[in-house]
Amino acid sequence: MTWWQRLWRRARMEEQLEKELRFHREQYIADLVAQGRSPEEARREARLVLGGTEQVKEQCRDARGTRWLEEFGRDFRYALRTLRQRPGFTMVALLTLALGCGATTVMFTLIDRVLLKPLPFPQPDRLVRVHGHTAAWNVAAYGEQNLANLDFRDCQQASRSLDMAGMVYNGATMSQPGDPEYVALTEATSNLFSVFGVPLYRGRAFRPEEDRLGGTPVAILGYSFWQRHFAGDPSALGATLVLDGKRRTIVGIAPPHFGLDDYVADVYTPMGQDGLPYMQNRGPHPVTTIARLRPGVTLVQAQAELALLGRDLAERYPKSNQGRGFLAAALRPDVGDVRSTLWLLLGAVSLVLLIACVNIASLLLARAVSRERELAMRVALGAGRGRLVGQCLTESAVLGISGGLLGVALAALGIRPFVAFWPGSLPRAEEVYLDWRVLLFAVALSLACGLFFGVAPALRVPTRQLEQVLRAGARTVPGSSRRWHGGFVVAEIALAVVLLVSAGMLGSTLLRVSALDPGVNVRNVLIARMALSPATLADTARTRAAWQDVLDRARRMPGVEAVATVDTVPMREGYNQIGYWTTPDVPPDNRRPMALATSVTPDYLKVMGIPLRAGRFFNDHDRMGSEPVIVIDDVMAQHAFGGTEAVGRRLWMPDMGPGASSFMVIGVVGHVRHWGLAADDQAAVRDQFYYPFAQVADVLVRRWSELMSIAVRTSIPPLAVVQPLRRELRGDTGDQVIYEARTMEQLARATLDRQRFLALLFGIFAGLALLLACIGIYGVLAYLTSRRVPEIGVRMALGATARDVVRLVLRQSLGMILGGVVIGAAAVLAVGRVLQRLVEGMRPTEPLTVVLMIAVLMAAALFASFLPARRAGRIDPMRALREE
Amino acid sequence: MNTKSDLPQGTLDLLILKIIALGPVHGYAIAQRLQQVSRDVVQVPQGSLYPALHRLENRGLLAADWKETDTGREAKFYRLTRKGRAQLETETASWARLAEAVGLILRLSEGGVK
Repeated sequence: MTWWQRLWRRARMEEQLEKELRFHREQYIADLVAQGRSPEEARREARLVLGGTEQVKEQCRDARGTRWLEEFGRDFRYALRTLRQRPGFTMVALLTLALGCGATTVMFTLIDRVLLKPLPFPQPDRLVRVHGHTAAWNVAAYGEQNLANLDFRDCQQASRSLDMAGMVYNGATMSQPGDPEYVALTEATSNLFSVFGVPLYRGRAFRPEEDRLGGTPVAILGYSFWQRHFAGDPSALGATLVLDGKRRTIVGIAPPHFGLDDYVADVYTPMGQDGLPYMQNRGPHPVTTIARLRPGVTLVQAQAELALLGRDLAERYPKSNQGRGFLAAALRPDVGDVRSTLWLLLGAVSLVLLIACVNIASLLLARAVSRERELAMRVALGAGRGRLVGQCLTESAVLGISGGLLGVALAALGIRPFVAFWPGSLPRAEEVYLDWRVLLFAVALSLACGLFFGVAPALRVPTRQLEQVLRAGARTVPGSSRRWHGGFVVAEIALAVVLLVSAGMLGSTLLRVSALDPGVNVRNVLIARMALSPATLADTARTRAAWQDVLDRARRMPGVEAVATVDTVPMREGYNQIGYWTTPDVPPDNRRPMALATSVTPDYLKVMGIPLRAGRFFNDHDRMGSEPVIVIDDVMAQHAFGGTEAVGRRLWMPDMGPGASSFMVIGVVGHVRHWGLAADDQAAVRDQFYYPFAQVADVLVRRWSELMSIAVRTSIPPLAVVQPLRRELRGDTGDQVIYEARTMEQLARATLDRQRFLALLFGIFAGLALLLACIGIYGVLAYLTSRRVPEIGVRMALGATARDVVRLVLRQSLGMILGGVVIGAAAVLAVGRVLQRLVEGMRPTEPLTVVLMIAVLMAAALFASFLPARRAGRIDPMRALREE
Repeated sequence: MNTKSDLPQGTLDLLILKIIALGPVHGYAIAQRLQQVSRDVVQVPQGSLYPALHRLENRGLLAADWKETDTGREAKFYRLTRKGRAQLETETASWARLAEAVGLILRLSEGGVK
């Protein structure tokens, strides 16, 4: 019989035990009777010789080996009973625990799924990302460098250790089937899917012979695009779509959710078919490179080989590849600042959980102290200390586990809404769900909580001086209990201080950065990306004319005040950085100061409401062939020319493309917070200048046009002009499209999403912490005061007034509160530094915020302690003394 | 006579196994036989016998069935399992070895080894 069978059939086993022992006794008696004794005599002798059966039974039960489980079952039922006896306490404890565990579980799930879980490809640890590297490259500012197409092809062919696939993230206008639409395009090498190790959902991958110039025009659809546009119809395979004016046959459908870095392509085309100039040299580096380690190859070997390839290319093409190397690193999901946000939130919820635990611990301890006599009595009657400690721990474990399970239920309900509530989009959101690992985490967490708040009461199981405890009764507060309670309150207050001050700092930061001037007038401005008809892009003159036509048409529309084209828009993704110098002898790349370059049309200043500080902005006379001009912002004016007059000076910028390398400064305008309201102050590159789109070199016009947006100032709500604008700007061939339309207000607001989100959640957590801490203080003081009733009675009998008593109690609580505040304030200094590093726009810990938040906390805590104090002041000395 | 102090530690288990090895038998009969065979030297009280039986049963050395006795009463009969038989053999051997060793030592004459 296995142990659980023995446990399960307890009743039957008991019955059999009884029967077996009875048989023994009766057989004994029968033998005696057979020897000639009278039955009466035989029975008496049996009792004498055999003794009581109960002890024998007890020893047999011990021999069964399931005793601990039976005891556990008994403790468990006892725990349920005691918890049911005090529904108020149980409810509060369960609720706070459920909230704490639930929130922690949600955060753990997100961290596990978003940050820790490997990418959803087979053997993800064999996948690497390959970067280009030059000494002058600023990784912090630009991110990792991709590869130039020709470099990529050379490495791909030469490498023995890596199976390399390349992608170029791009866009294209799809004019058939359906209405013209701008689609997210990924140009990919033929081996993309095989390197990732995922099969296509339908159809086939590109063939190597298709992955070169002049190859058969084919395309693969992204899964969700296929669902959207073809309603998941398998007959899409073999159908034709027209992409940037080129007819392509659909040969495959990518698997669902296939993509990297949350970039999900609508359409894939073979990368080798792209014949544009930037793909045919070693200057620009557009190719995102992913590779799989060949069998038996280590990452170190691959890195060594890449270094060799880099040196070889640098020797063969010194002009472009001097000092350029290639690096390989394990492929990890790129999750951006979500990492720090998640860890911050996990920290905050853990603090809340900790406060909840401390709270419950102090309440349980209060109960344990009032049960001290009962426990002492049981020890005196022979109960083992281990048994009693086990019983105390069972009780708190039951509380912990039930709270944890409730918390898991809360987490299961709450995780989807929370992910939806995440500002912007949470990376890998589709991979977020609860699983058994999370369940395990939650159960372990709640057990740990249960043990944590059960330890203090359990340690109070008396072992010595039983007699004293029994005699003292419920009258005195043993000193150690007061120390424990004081410690709990101090800890709670300290934790609450940390959360409150953090929330206060986030809140004040949010207020401060929201009030900052973005540098543009964000009201009534519409920004939309725009793609010209693919046919026009082939010819520069037609492209320029088409943009002029767009401007003319848009300007004539009702509700439109001014319109401009612009390549990079403030507070939206995307920027263009150019190094500049104030004299003709320009130093090498990495020693030049950098500035953000924006190409615009003359009305841009009017559309954006950027103030002109000096000189003039562009007009229609600044065009190809006239003096190359730029307008700089006041930050750049200060940076480049000190306090001196900037207008009329020249700047040298060799990277501006073919044509001019020096530019006349004709005006100075106000600084724009390009990097966002909060982030701009800390940005590495803050200098800004503008140059006329009309002076962009012919060879660049096509690329610039692909990146172009239009900015419109309206006299009516900006989103109202989107539809009319879309209709008006369809162009002669009907395939010009506007996409990603946003108002400037939306863009500005979105830059603070993270701060707003953090401030809101920290605010909620801090509120919870405050509430819990107040409940804790109230509970502890009410308990301590109730234990001091006889003492207070004596004091009052000796002449103390009600006010004296209130003061006495408040002084006791003030001591604990101050202790907590001091410790908390010290912790805040450290936490403040972490926040400052992780949250943009944070200032070093502001004394005002700290003082304010501590004041709020102390007011609340004193209020919570006032209630028990007042009750103490109303004690009737006569009754108090009689109770003694 | 108090057998508890007379029986060396662990010996009771060995004796019980030996008795049961002779054939299925109930608890009362085990006690009787131990007493008879040892000529009243070994008397096992209920409080030692039954816990020992149950412990051996839990360890899988014994199995038990409820069967009728000769007098037609139902009793719990114990029998050896294969594991119990193996255990009995090893323990018997080790007991014999120990007894021999103890005997050798006790036979030493007072004057020391000659």
